[in-house]
Amino acid sequence: MGLLDQKLGQGGIVISKLEDLINWARLSSMWPMGFGTACCAIEFMSALSTPYDLDRLGVIPRASPRQSDVMIVAGTVTFKMADRVRRLYEQMAEPRYVISMGSCSNCGGPYWEHGYHVVKGVDRIIPVDVYVPGCPPRPEALIGGLIKLQDKIRSETIVAPKAVEKLLAESED
Amino acid sequence: MKIEEIIDVLRGQFSELSFELLENSTPGGIIIPLNGMVDVMQFLHSDERCYFDMLSCVTGVDNGPEENSMELVYNLYSIPYDTHLAIKVSVPRQKPMVESLVAIWKTADWQEREVYDMYGIDFLGHPDLRRILMPADWEGFPLRKDYKEQKYYRGMEVKY
Repeated sequence: MGLLDQKLGQGGIVISKLEDLINWARLSSMWPMGFGTACCAIEFMSALSTPYDLDRLGVIPRASPRQSDVMIVAGTVTFKMADRVRRLYEQMAEPRYVISMGSCSNCGGPYWEHGYHVVKGVDRIIPVDVYVPGCPPRPEALIGGLIKLQDKIRSETIVAPKAVEKLLAESED
Repeated sequence: MKIEEIIDVLRGQFSELSFELLENSTPGGIIIPLNGMVDVMQFLHSDERCYFDMLSCVTGVDNGPEENSMELVYNLYSIPYDTHLAIKVSVPRQKPMVESLVAIWKTADWQEREVYDMYGIDFLGHPDLRRILMPADWEGFPLRKDYKEQKYYRGMEVKY
C-alpha cells in the first residue's frame, strides 16, 4: 500500500506543513457546482459518469453554490444568463475557483462575431483560473483542466509574503 | 385538400379579398392581404373542409429598408386531413402591426412573442406581449436587417 498508511502504522503521527495539508485537502475535494449553460454540460456530465469517473479526483457536483468550491462554466453564457452566473459566483464561499469550459465561455466561440446575445468570454464577468479549450472539450480535456487546477491549488500559500514580494518586484521594475 | 382547392374555397368565401398562390413553396403557400387576415385565419381554422387546427410556426421576415416591408409566415397544419399550408402576410416596415391570432390558436402566444422579440412587429390584442428570448431591457430587435447591437449591456461590452 501507499506511503501514508505505513507511516500511520508507526505511532499514528504524520508530520507535514500546515500549508501542504490545507492545499492537499482543498485539491482533493474540489466540489463543482452542478450546473451547465449549454452543450458543454453534456461532456461535463459524461466526465462524471462511470467511464471517466471524476469521483476519483474528489469531484462531486453540489446542488448549491454555498457548498461548492469550483464553478465549471460549461457552455455559452448569454447576456441574459450573465447576471445569474455572476450572482452564483458571488454566493460561493472562498476559496473559490472557476474553470471556463469550452470555446464559448473562453471567448465567445462560434458566436464571437455575429452573436449579439453572447458574452465574449466569461472572464469579462468573473475571474477565471483555468481555461479548457474545445468545442466541446472531451471529458479527458476537462479532467486535464481539473488537474491543472489541482496544480494551481498545490502551489498556493497562506503564509508566504506574496504581497510584499509583488511590491518589491514592482519597485525594482 | 390540394392547395389549388384551398385557394378556390378561400376565393369563394372571401370574394372581396385577393389571394395569390405562392410559387415553389413547400408546403404550398398562399399570400393573403393584411386587412382580412383574422377572418381568413378564423375560416381556415374552423371550416370543416380546411380544419387547420394547429399553428405549427410563426416566422417573421425582414426584407430590409430598401424593400421597406416585412412579412409574416404562418405554418398551419390540419391534424384530421394531414395537410400543411403556409400563409404569408406582408406588413409595412415602419410601425409594423398585425392582429394577434391568440384567440384562434393558443400556441400563437409564445410564437408571436418571439417574432415581436426578434423583429419588433406589434401584435394587436396579444394578451402578454413581452420579449421572450432576449432580456427585458435589451435595446433593438436583433433580426432586423439594419440592426446594430448596443455597445454595452449592463456594463458588459457586447462586441468581441
